[in-house]
Amino acid sequence: MTETPDDIVLSLRDVKKTFGPIVAIKQMQLDVRRGRVHTLLGENGAGKSTLMKILAGVQPATEGTILLDGTPFAPKSPQEAAKHGLAIVFQELSLVNTLTVAENILANREPNRFGFISDRKLIERAETLVRELGLPIDVRARVGDLSIAQRQLVEIAKGLSHDAQIVILDEPTSSLSDAEAEILFKIIGRLTEAGKAVIYISHRMEEIMRLSDDITVMRDGAYVATLEKNETSIDALIALMVGRQMNEIYPPRIGEEPGDDVAPVLEVEHLSSGRAFVDVSFSVRPGEILGFFGLVGAGRSDVMKALFGMRWYEGTIRLDGKEVDLKDPSEAIRHGIGFVTENRKEEGLVLAHSLRNNITMAALGGVSSGGFLSRHRERQRAEEESTRLGVRTASIETIAGTLSGGNQQKVVLAKWLMTRPRVLILDEPTRGVDVGAKFEIYRIIRQLAAEGTAIIMVSSELPEVLGMSSRVAIMSRKHLQAIAPRADLTPERVMSFATGQNK
Amino acid sequence: MTETTVYKADPMATLKTMMRQYGGIFLALVVLCVIFSLANPRFMSVANLMNILQQVAVIAIAAFGMTWVILLGEIDLSVGSIIAVAGMVGAQVIGLGWGFVPALMLTLVSGILMGALNGVLTAKLLLPSFIVTVATMSIFRGMVSLPTNGAPAMIMDPTWTAIGAKSFIGVPIIIWIVIGLFIANHILLSKTTFGRKTYLTGGNREAALYSGIKVDRMKILIFMISGLMASISGILLSSRLYSAQTNAGMSYELDAIAAAVLGGTSLSGGTGSMIGTLIGALIIGALNNGMNMLSVPYFYQLIVKGLVILLAVWLDVRSKRRKV
Repeated sequence: MTETPDDIVLSLRDVKKTFGPIVAIKQMQLDVRRGRVHTLLGENGAGKSTLMKILAGVQPATEGTILLDGTPFAPKSPQEAAKHGLAIVFQELSLVNTLTVAENILANREPNRFGFISDRKLIERAETLVRELGLPIDVRARVGDLSIAQRQLVEIAKGLSHDAQIVILDEPTSSLSDAEAEILFKIIGRLTEAGKAVIYISHRMEEIMRLSDDITVMRDGAYVATLEKNETSIDALIALMVGRQMNEIYPPRIGEEPGDDVAPVLEVEHLSSGRAFVDVSFSVRPGEILGFFGLVGAGRSDVMKALFGMRWYEGTIRLDGKEVDLKDPSEAIRHGIGFVTENRKEEGLVLAHSLRNNITMAALGGVSSGGFLSRHRERQRAEEESTRLGVRTASIETIAGTLSGGNQQKVVLAKWLMTRPRVLILDEPTRGVDVGAKFEIYRIIRQLAAEGTAIIMVSSELPEVLGMSSRVAIMSRKHLQAIAPRADLTPERVMSFATGQNK
Repeated sequence: MTETTVYKADPMATLKTMMRQYGGIFLALVVLCVIFSLANPRFMSVANLMNILQQVAVIAIAAFGMTWVILLGEIDLSVGSIIAVAGMVGAQVIGLGWGFVPALMLTLVSGILMGALNGVLTAKLLLPSFIVTVATMSIFRGMVSLPTNGAPAMIMDPTWTAIGAKSFIGVPIIIWIVIGLFIANHILLSKTTFGRKTYLTGGNREAALYSGIKVDRMKILIFMISGLMASISGILLSSRLYSAQTNAGMSYELDAIAAAVLGGTSLSGGTGSMIGTLIGALIIGALNNGMNMLSVPYFYQLIVKGLVILLAVWLDVRSKRRKV
């Protein structure tokens, strides 16, 4: 990088960040240019989030120079960063659920006179913004009533409500379906057309290859390389990111697919639950991975909730040929069903508790006798599962909330493996998980299937569904549209079912 | 490490974790005792220490029950009223001439039932426990006066009054009861699956639900424990007063909450312990007793007590925040 194009708006040189003895960022270089999308790529813990916090004014850099439009830039607060034209959409939702969309978007900047808020102006202004962005959202709706994906869109609208010259998007699509992601991509396109610089963080390689102009790879807190999209490939990027060659994204199946003669462990017939889903029938054999694909809101998660006794249903559920009545999760667990939910922080983990507590949580009966916990057995079993799944931690007494997303997901998996499930439901098992941990989770899923567990994997990522499943069930608008062996499907066919075009 | 790891209870490590967990609050108790004994040497005498324990018994037992409720992320404001109702139930049954054992049993059952009502209303009607127990606090308090139209009821039963007055191998019976209940609650909380489920449910209700823990049942059972503990407090109090007073236990729920919170129980649920609550109760007891011995006027005592609670909780929160 000897020549410096004059369209560089933000430039980082030798930026370093330490927390006491811990080095979070060793030496970071970055040149962000106007009218281009610059993707930051790296595994969780590579230092991307720390870097963004420095730019956002949350924490100062320890060393190095940051130039914004050629002048030194060291924001002391998020407000100061915003004043200099930086807009940041963080990955963690920062919305107030009890307030409306409009109130959230314009939080702290409500149009007011002498402290009295004008509701009319507030809604007008929010509506203009939402319309400009092309978001299908009612600004009068309460945020708490929206889906996770819609909330993410509101978050983006909030970030873009400042007039910014640099927009930072930290994993904006992690909870969006493809349709909603499209809306976001259009917004990004308009931003760059208007000459704005976009810094983009994501783990989805396909998306990165589509959107980016420049890609900077980080590893272990250090700068690795900056590449133009046109001169690189997914494989090359992954190799740079993890520091080793990745032959395959999805590990191959271990052993044979179960044949048609194998009796299914779970059979679902004509399952309905009000308007949440209608007349869903399918079955899973031991050792099979049944992918469940659909756009957000297609009804997949509600079907899974019904299978786990968290939602009322009409119809028949049979386990090993015997009809069961799943009226609550404890009943489902007793019948050998496990459920890795899509929101691991809300429904999967007790973040303030140790890994041991979390891992043994759904199988306390197995580590106690007569109601008294056996500390010894508990530690041993938790340790076993944690080691088996390769949870990276100093000890099982570590607090769950301090782990990275990928490791937290492994803890949730460990929790369910403790119950020795015969049917394991995985709802978006790799959401918010970095590439390295993704591979490990795929390998664990393969291993479980090889051991005879029937697996239902719900996912919004088409490559993941096609890469992992034995068969794929596709839902659209609350109905099961198709169910077919993987070999008979192409991405185009799956998408046409999922969008309801193929009847 | 090629061999399988063997987990042994390391006494030093246990002591260390205990110091880290309770060191601050325990230090506060020690400092308090030193200050009071410097001001009045009689403070640290065996007789006075027993006196403190006896005085703090009613609060401590109610606080054990409160600890369960707070661990679950709920609150029970009806505890003071249950204390009064329990005393009155005992007095009435004794007045009927049914004798000590039936009176004792019916009193405990009345506490459990009142707790069950709190639990069912909270769990099944999906009402916040704060609102439910504000309401039942008023309802129970009103019910105390039903049998006597607001007059106190004398208790003549010698066994009942012996609880508050007699000793066993040199130690007042009340103290034995506190020790026994502390051990029982501590074991139930820290050694059983029920205790673990309480922590997990308080730590994340949704995650507990998805892990097959029957959250509603936990709520009801735990409010029953709180009611039971409060009724035992009611028995001790009425026994010491030789009567059931309609205003007995007034605002004791606040002292019980203070004891639990002083002891490090988080009001958002999921963290805390019985040991912490016991130390918290002792701090409140030492404060009351010490200031009485120094003839500090009552209104100053209230101010000091409030300040100590603020200070202790602030120190606790600060030390925990630094760790994370």
